[in-house]
Amino acid sequence: MSNRDYAVNVSGRRTQRGKIVLPLLKGLAYTLKNFFSKPITIQYPTQRREVRERWRGLHRLNVDGQGTLKCVACGLCAKICPPQAIRIVPYEEEGGTRFPKEFYIDEIRCIFCGFCQEACPVGAIELTKVYDYVDYDRQDFQFDITKLKDPEQFIFKGK
Amino acid sequence: MVFLVFLGIVGVKALVVFTVAMLIVAWGTWIERKVLGHVQLRYGPMRVGPHGLLQPIADGIKGFFKEEVIPDNADKPVFILAPIISIAAAVTLLVVIPFGPSITILGREITLYMTDLDIGILFVLGIATLGAYGGILGGWASGNKYGLIGGLRGSAQMISYELSMALAIISVVMLSGTLSLVGIVENQAGLWNIIRQPLAFILFIICGLAELNRTPFDMPEAEAELACGYNVEYSSIKFSLFFMAEYCHMFVFAALVTTLFLGGWHGPILPGVVWFFIKTFAVIFFCIWERSTFPRCRYDQVMKLGWKVLLPAGLLNIFVTGLVVILLT
Repeated sequence: MSNRDYAVNVSGRRTQRGKIVLPLLKGLAYTLKNFFSKPITIQYPTQRREVRERWRGLHRLNVDGQGTLKCVACGLCAKICPPQAIRIVPYEEEGGTRFPKEFYIDEIRCIFCGFCQEACPVGAIELTKVYDYVDYDRQDFQFDITKLKDPEQFIFKGK
Repeated sequence: MVFLVFLGIVGVKALVVFTVAMLIVAWGTWIERKVLGHVQLRYGPMRVGPHGLLQPIADGIKGFFKEEVIPDNADKPVFILAPIISIAAAVTLLVVIPFGPSITILGREITLYMTDLDIGILFVLGIATLGAYGGILGGWASGNKYGLIGGLRGSAQMISYELSMALAIISVVMLSGTLSLVGIVENQAGLWNIIRQPLAFILFIICGLAELNRTPFDMPEAEAELACGYNVEYSSIKFSLFFMAEYCHMFVFAALVTTLFLGGWHGPILPGVVWFFIKTFAVIFFCIWERSTFPRCRYDQVMKLGWKVLLPAGLLNIFVTGLVVILLT
């Protein structure tokens, strides 16, 4: 087998003579059909893509009927968190209930795995469908209790 | 007094034609982006104004306020002159385009074209070719190898396609017996030239696209290989001028196709000007449509098509047209 057998003939005529016009017209028909069909893009801030029921977005700390946090500051979520994004300072009254004095989630470190939600024994922490939080400063992504209580306020609505 | 009135009419006509052309140029970019978007199942510009209608204004303002860079090794006077040549040639062509039949205002008959040159179509060919100098000089003066190659390609393409374009036009001229664009339109009152000269129409469209540097033949500015070609070193308003020249050229090309082949202002019911613009915009739409469809030809393919296919076809068309004209008269 000589080397010539491997050579790719570049300059040769690939198409038969006169067989090029019909594909060009077909292409024109295809683009015209596309032109008259409805665009499939979403006009983002005004129109939003619906996410799935189990979407894992920003965290929310749930409250009970009286408006107090359900969280008992057991620390299981902080323990299971793979990137260690959760920091809790617990507080316990003498003989009373235990609740978090401070509750921080670093939303930059968080990988949104949802383990905290699964680990929580009282259903206090939950992942919402909010996926487009934007801000200017790294500090702004350190969510404290007030931010965590209502993450829905951060849904981006455009200007 | 008569002379002053004449001057006034000409001035007003020039102003109206120029303004309308510039508006079409500005919103031509909008139309192009919209059509390209919808072909690709997108919306195109949507944010600036309703459906992005103010986008051309925003683009214009941006063009004015961008930093203007002249490269160190550029040939400065030529570098500045090139975009001016480009836009001037494109705008000059508007002079001979017949937009409609004459109308009567205040008892005075006013023609809807600026001049009716006896050599109208020759004038068009000459000035249109002059426009290509803008690109060539711009590429040459940039002191950039991509720009230079883009300019060279532009000149090679111009030489090979101008010829076939002229041949396509000659067959039209043979039928109408006049070089004046108004005369050619009046000659098509009964039957449009697209039916009498289908081959010339196809030739003219293909050569026109090559002349416009539009997509199957956008050799001078092939983005992928030349990094935008002749205008690579241009910025700010100079780049905008090249861009405007391109769209003005497209409008003139569409108007020429309308004039030469689609019967100009002729059409039922609606007034002539409306018909003219309907046809012109149809051609502009075609230009954008084919741009969204076809890939860029390889350079040798472009040259091959020009010299080996279009030129013989144009000569054959002239020959056949001549035979028919002789046999019929």
